[in-house]
Amino acid sequence: MDFITIIQILDSTMRLATPLLLACLAGMYSERAGVFDIGLEGKMLASAFLSAAVAAVTLNVWLGLLAGIAASMALSLVHGLASITFRGNQLISGVAINFLAAGATVVVGQTWFGLGGRTPSLLSGGRFEPITLPLADTLRDVPFLGQIWSVLMSGHTLPVYLALLAVPLSWWVLFRTRFGLRLRAVGENPAAVDTAGVSVVQLRFAAVLIAGLLCGIAGAYLATGFGAGFVKDMTAGRGFIALAALIFAKWRPVQALFTCFLFGLLEAIVTRYQNIDLGGVVIPVQVMQALPYVMVVVVLAGFVGKAIPPRAGGMPYVKEH
Amino acid sequence: MERMPKWADVVLVPLFSVVLAFLISGVVIWAIGEDPFRAMEVMVKGALGSSYGWGHTLYYATNFVFTGLAVAIAFHAGFFNIGGEGQALLGGLGVALCCLFIPWPHWSMALAGAMVGGALFGAAWAAIPAWLRATRGSHEVITTIMFNFIAASLLIYLLVHQLRPQGSMDPASPRFPVETRLPRLSEMLDAVGIPFATRTPANITLFVAIAACFLVWFIIWRTRLGYEIRSLGKSEKAAVYAGISPVKVTMYAMLISGALAGLMAVNSTMGQTGRLINNAAEGAGFIGIAVALMGRSHPFGVALAALLFGFLYQGGGELSLETSIPRELIIVIQALVILFTGALDNLVRSPLEKGFALMKRRGAG
Repeated sequence: MDFITIIQILDSTMRLATPLLLACLAGMYSERAGVFDIGLEGKMLASAFLSAAVAAVTLNVWLGLLAGIAASMALSLVHGLASITFRGNQLISGVAINFLAAGATVVVGQTWFGLGGRTPSLLSGGRFEPITLPLADTLRDVPFLGQIWSVLMSGHTLPVYLALLAVPLSWWVLFRTRFGLRLRAVGENPAAVDTAGVSVVQLRFAAVLIAGLLCGIAGAYLATGFGAGFVKDMTAGRGFIALAALIFAKWRPVQALFTCFLFGLLEAIVTRYQNIDLGGVVIPVQVMQALPYVMVVVVLAGFVGKAIPPRAGGMPYVKEH
Repeated sequence: MERMPKWADVVLVPLFSVVLAFLISGVVIWAIGEDPFRAMEVMVKGALGSSYGWGHTLYYATNFVFTGLAVAIAFHAGFFNIGGEGQALLGGLGVALCCLFIPWPHWSMALAGAMVGGALFGAAWAAIPAWLRATRGSHEVITTIMFNFIAASLLIYLLVHQLRPQGSMDPASPRFPVETRLPRLSEMLDAVGIPFATRTPANITLFVAIAACFLVWFIIWRTRLGYEIRSLGKSEKAAVYAGISPVKVTMYAMLISGALAGLMAVNSTMGQTGRLINNAAEGAGFIGIAVALMGRSHPFGVALAALLFGFLYQGGGELSLETSIPRELIIVIQALVILFTGALDNLVRSPLEKGFALMKRRGAG
């Protein structure tokens, strides 16, 4: 395997890791605030659909992005209403949101476009254009570092860079701001936050809405940056891989970056090679596809480091009288 | 707080939730430019208006009884088994192996053997998440979701590389021998002189499903194990204080749950397709969640809810043929039922509780 092949695989890793990373960070805000979110998949799917639909009609990818974010945040509000306001079961609400998105995207898509749940293919204007970083063209022929810069780092669409920026930003928000401190506190001990005179409900809604925003960007990227239009069920379990990555990363932003890249790399290798031949022993493609899920079970089993979720996660907060 | 009578809790709350879900679905149908009343008419006629419709409705309902009971018994123990889909897929593998590699002389023995195979494989797939939950505290929701994906990969691998007959492009096992063919409901009714549409998939597994309802009821409310399961579900601390071993009860509850999900494959893989196909569970494992929530985890409620979802599935299929409403509308309805009966329970419950409290006060004063 030569250097340029490795660069190409890493390049597609960047693209494949982006939706995972955005959704993973989304889950982090929500779960750090004590609201489990297994509806990441559904929120991404809803955003992917609406962003592609709006971009296809208006030929404007920015309107598409906004529409996608709006769809995702609307589902976040449903989740917040069910799990914060009405103190329902957060896991069941997440399951419902996943099915709601899976069904509604096809029903509405078929009604609007009549293409069996697809949206029309997006032409230029309806998609995010690749961004060429400064000096990328001049450095293209410089071996090693030049190639890394111009092939691996340059030429991605905006959401890829947004996802990368979201990592240090999330670290700063969660661990260096008052809002972040309160958000983490509300996921560990909501009663203490309440006693300090800070609204548990507001904080949790804020966290859930941030999750909606990030899932919205992730979904819009899938349909208008990574792909060229929406196809039925296009998230294909990425929301659950992101959830897996979140646990693997132990609810921390920088670890989330590495985990999502690892899972993105696995997907990139599968896409490129299908079955992998290791000197006579063939690893079937299905093994590679199942690997992220197996890894999470191993981590959850506590054999390789222990993943301890926020203490108040999953529990609705009932104010004491 | 004022409580409402038990019948209101058991009947009114789920009923109102389902009515709400259906009202919103009606609005969805209206919003996409179709007539909700005509849609309902098409569904009722297509699912219940003929023995052909009933033959499909009952077939789907049989699947959902098994997966619904699977989720329900886990709920009783305080666990949320989202892994019914994966357990049903593995159940399909167990059923297929039993049918393919054991020469059964008669369908009745094949049925018994396939039930054991499906239940064992389904239970085995639930065993690892159960054991991790019981001994290492790993959350069963995440592990069972992961096991759904692992099951899907495993089944595709086995179908493509191991079970597929030579020269076939289709990722599916060979056909099962003719001795394993289960009697269809139409044949059984025909024998007693009742005419019934012949090309329908409902089969003898329907009666296995009904028996499973009684068995689960008996286990939960009439055995020591059921008592232990319910105690663990109510309060782990109290259960431990009463001398109940949480590890043992967790394992039993989840194994029974997995076995029930696996039994679904007897109906679908053995009873209908007659070979193991890709994605044989077709989402029935997830519908089990909606069915268990709507049925309040009681076998009788589960049976009713399964029938409702069987009706929705068959009716939804007819709907997509006769109108421009896609089949996926059923997934929306399913999502709304899960949302209202599961997560937004208090939305329906608290106004009802207030209403009953008001009536009580009036009655007293």
